Amino acid sequence: MDTGPFVQIEHLSFSYGNGHQALRDVSLHIHRGEKVALVGPNGAGKSTLMLHLNGILRPTTGVVRIGGLPVEEKTLGRVRAWVGLVFQDPDDQLFSPTVFDDVAFGPIYQGLPEREVRARVAAALAHVHMAEYAPRVSHHLSVGEKKRIAIATVLAMEPELLALDEPTAGLDPRARRGLITLLCSLPQTMLISTHDLRMVAELLPRTVVMDGGRIVADRPTAEVLADAAFLEAHGLEL
Amino acid sequence: MHVHFLDPYRPRPSLIHALDPRVKLALALAFILAVALTPIAAWPVYVLLAALLLSVVLLSELGVGHVLKRSALALPFVLAAIPILVTAPGATLWEATLAGLSLRLTDAGLARFGSIVLKSWLSVQMAIVLAASTTFPQLLLAMRALRVPRLLVAIFGLMWRYLFVLVDEALRLLRARAARSAAPTRPIAGARPGGSVAWRARVAGGMAGNLLIRSFDRGERIYAAMAARGYDGEIRAFPMPPIPAGQRLALIGGLVLLALLVGLGHLL
Repeated sequence: MDTGPFVQIEHLSFSYGNGHQALRDVSLHIHRGEKVALVGPNGAGKSTLMLHLNGILRPTTGVVRIGGLPVEEKTLGRVRAWVGLVFQDPDDQLFSPTVFDDVAFGPIYQGLPEREVRARVAAALAHVHMAEYAPRVSHHLSVGEKKRIAIATVLAMEPELLALDEPTAGLDPRARRGLITLLCSLPQTMLISTHDLRMVAELLPRTVVMDGGRIVADRPTAEVLADAAFLEAHGLEL
Repeated sequence: MHVHFLDPYRPRPSLIHALDPRVKLALALAFILAVALTPIAAWPVYVLLAALLLSVVLLSELGVGHVLKRSALALPFVLAAIPILVTAPGATLWEATLAGLSLRLTDAGLARFGSIVLKSWLSVQMAIVLAASTTFPQLLLAMRALRVPRLLVAIFGLMWRYLFVLVDEALRLLRARAARSAAPTRPIAGARPGGSVAWRARVAGGMAGNLLIRSFDRGERIYAAMAARGYDGEIRAFPMPPIPAGQRLALIGGLVLLALLVGLGHLL
């Protein structure tokens, strides 16, 4: 296993097909075990950056390396096993008829034997406290329940890095609290894109601030949050 | 993540783009009607109609290649006209027996087939120019101005709006599936990643079902949101400004020209 940073993004720029440049010369290193917040106003490029972590989007220029492997066509399978990407809208994440099918999708796709798939699904659902939901139809669950199951769908793949896009958006206080407790209990390396700075203060020691497709700060969370003028300049508030 | 490839509109600074959408819609429909009314095998008139079409394409600055490429869309419909080749009565040009069935290619059949292919091809190209030079909202306004039933216009409008939402939704489902389509982290004896074909088919079926349920749900929510703002089955819009005098003349001129061409076709 290599000892360098697990996530290594070098001079990454990306333009969408319609010419909109979403990322400009972004460089970011994340080491194993780090818990990093990715904050910034809407349209700053946070989600675009997340989608580069497992090769859903490919750099226009620059390089993304995960676990020492450059993200490219022939490494996609391994990279996607390491990076568990949880989308902002759980309705995008959950595409199968039942909760079980959805959580089992990743492990089955990886070709695991049935016994291990069942064990992984059970473990992942137990981790998010949704064990009894396996036979339910995901369509009829509440947003908070869907978020937990969305996280379980990637936990079942036993990823090294959890990349979560706005995990607390749209949750009521109790569901939000439950989710933060859940995230606290997970040992994986984490990159969480969010507007919820109180969660950042509680959970994530390092904060990366993006604005206009660039990284404008990468500092300890306490420092970033103490700088009221800086937060305001980038459209953030506690 | 958004789809753009579905929208046929191509902005250009051309005369055709600048025409009032009502004039464009009326002329395009008149052109298609004229093509349909031109009798079979009136070849000189077809050439004149094609010349007219070509000048519109050139004026629109869309590029002849672009329009031709898109017009390949009409090709499958040509298949429907193939039986005419051997069913129309007339002088035999060529004869063959196929599995006990004698097929006679006739001169009349060939003329009819050629006419139908040419006519549908000309009509499709005009429709392509119309769609590429007019935004869809403008087309909807033009349809209303030309007294197309309002309910129909409303259905077109909503379909257009939510087609993109639906395709976006499908793309997001596919993206979520791709994100979790990984290789095993350590080699597993005798297993290959990707799952069985049957399982993958079941997943795809589940996704299609999901999309259907979501579309129904979204339809309900959209209706509720519309009803909450006073929707009563009719979408209202501001009346359009009158058509400028010059464009009125162009409209009348175009209609007269097309009528003359159809007349010419019947005289030949």
